[in-house]
Amino acid sequence: MSNPNTGAHNNNAGRQDANPIEYYSFRLTRRSLLKAGAASAAVAIAPRHAFGETEAAATPAPAMAQVTLKINGQSRQLEVDTRTTLLDALRENLHLTGTKKGCDHGQCGACTVIVDGRRINSCLTLAVMQDGAEVTTIEGLGTPENLHPMQAAFIKHDGYQCGYCTPGQICSSVAVLKEIEMGIPSHVTLDLVSAPQATSEEIRERMSGNICRCGAYSNILAAIEDVSGGQKS
Amino acid sequence: MKAFTYERVKTPAEAAASAQNKPGAKFIAGGTNLLDLMKLEIETPPHLIDVNSLALDKIEPTPDGGLRIGALVRNTDLAADSRVRKDYAVLSRALLAGASGQLRNQATTAGNLLQRTRCPYFYDTNQPCNKRLPGSGCAALEGFSRQHAVVGASKACIATHPSDMAVAMRLLDATIETVNPDGRERKIPIADFWRAPGNTPHLETVLTAGELITSVTLPAPLGGTHVYRKVRDRASYAFALVSVAAVVQSDGSGRVALGGVAHQPWRLAEADAQLTNGSQNVYQKLFASAQPTPENEFKLILAKRTLASVLTEARG
Repeated sequence: MSNPNTGAHNNNAGRQDANPIEYYSFRLTRRSLLKAGAASAAVAIAPRHAFGETEAAATPAPAMAQVTLKINGQSRQLEVDTRTTLLDALRENLHLTGTKKGCDHGQCGACTVIVDGRRINSCLTLAVMQDGAEVTTIEGLGTPENLHPMQAAFIKHDGYQCGYCTPGQICSSVAVLKEIEMGIPSHVTLDLVSAPQATSEEIRERMSGNICRCGAYSNILAAIEDVSGGQKS
Repeated sequence: MKAFTYERVKTPAEAAASAQNKPGAKFIAGGTNLLDLMKLEIETPPHLIDVNSLALDKIEPTPDGGLRIGALVRNTDLAADSRVRKDYAVLSRALLAGASGQLRNQATTAGNLLQRTRCPYFYDTNQPCNKRLPGSGCAALEGFSRQHAVVGASKACIATHPSDMAVAMRLLDATIETVNPDGRERKIPIADFWRAPGNTPHLETVLTAGELITSVTLPAPLGGTHVYRKVRDRASYAFALVSVAAVVQSDGSGRVALGGVAHQPWRLAEADAQLTNGSQNVYQKLFASAQPTPENEFKLILAKRTLASVLTEARG
């Protein structure tokens, strides 16, 4: 593969470190040159694409890496492009398509999985960063024949409509109840020094990272409360 | 996303040395902000240095009665730490007001300080942005600027720093500890950590190339009443329009820092000195140099009222 330290990426880095005032005057010079129609001078400088990042960069070839993940109790080895998110590794490499891609930017929660006991957005972590981690996806929580209590509660309370956000909602719900059990406070916990309770207000706040476009929120809440033993605020 | 090479390092010195040898390389810890920006090719590092294996995930007491928070301590763990909840409640509150449970489980202490602005023009690569592409101009100045800075900004950039945690850290006079590629360590008072945007909004902090944050220390507890109030467009999972962090003592003295109004958490010594003279005086000192846009001048009224409300609450 090409050396990633050559080409415009390197120039870019150098530019950030350069004296900013000098850089500014460089830009102004370029602009005035362009205005004067000195095309040859403009070509000498890395051409730019509108206001975007440098375009002329020789794009480095993809770098591959070996990753071992313990997915739903099973050790899986895979070779991935370093750019592969955990979400894409699950869906594209391992064909575990229960985990959904919604926004791909950590805003919707559809990709929520449980890694080393904690819920995270699998779209905002790289597979290579999770080498050796234990990952639980919706497929690992339960099966159609042997549902996880949270899956059963979502069905009982009709906690979905289209179902796309549901795997993320369920993984998040399971982790939320564990977080409350562990005594982790939330934004709505009134007393920081005592243990939080699984009230509806607590559950709503803690589930705010999972968006449901169909608006099944009240039924999702009912399902989680059912599993938690249903303390109402 | 542009292709990049990846390595996992074992010691801070190794991390800093690697950064020095690979120009343009970035450290990655939680990745919740960096990967987001890499997907949009706003950040295009040719090499990523994964620092998650460094032993920087502890919260320990310091000899002077404070706390040393490892750079890799996750937001959830910092907010839930019993010492933080008891003695630095404003920090727990600020952390819990930010992001979502999933993000707090991943995001780290150092990464939170270094997160980039959420200015929509910084994110939109079709728009000019002096922070993303120095010299290209600022689309926010005449654009949709409701979220933007009202104080401390410049003609080149009116972006805000999005963090809640940083506002509490600034209030508590935290110190940022770093290591350089040559092994030299330094302690940066948080008041000196961010640079004013001026003509160089792309230079956000005083960190130099390859310098790695190893921990953040808090001085001994201040006592008093701790409040963090965040005002935003929805009740959860949104960035602040205005936030107010306050620690107020029983005699009415104390300190305040504001989020959502500037390129950094906004705190002024002359404003703190006015705390016993009522919130109106505090507000006037904080915003004496304010230059809002027509779209965000409401933030001044919001800040004034939030300050008044927080100080009333803190004084019991």
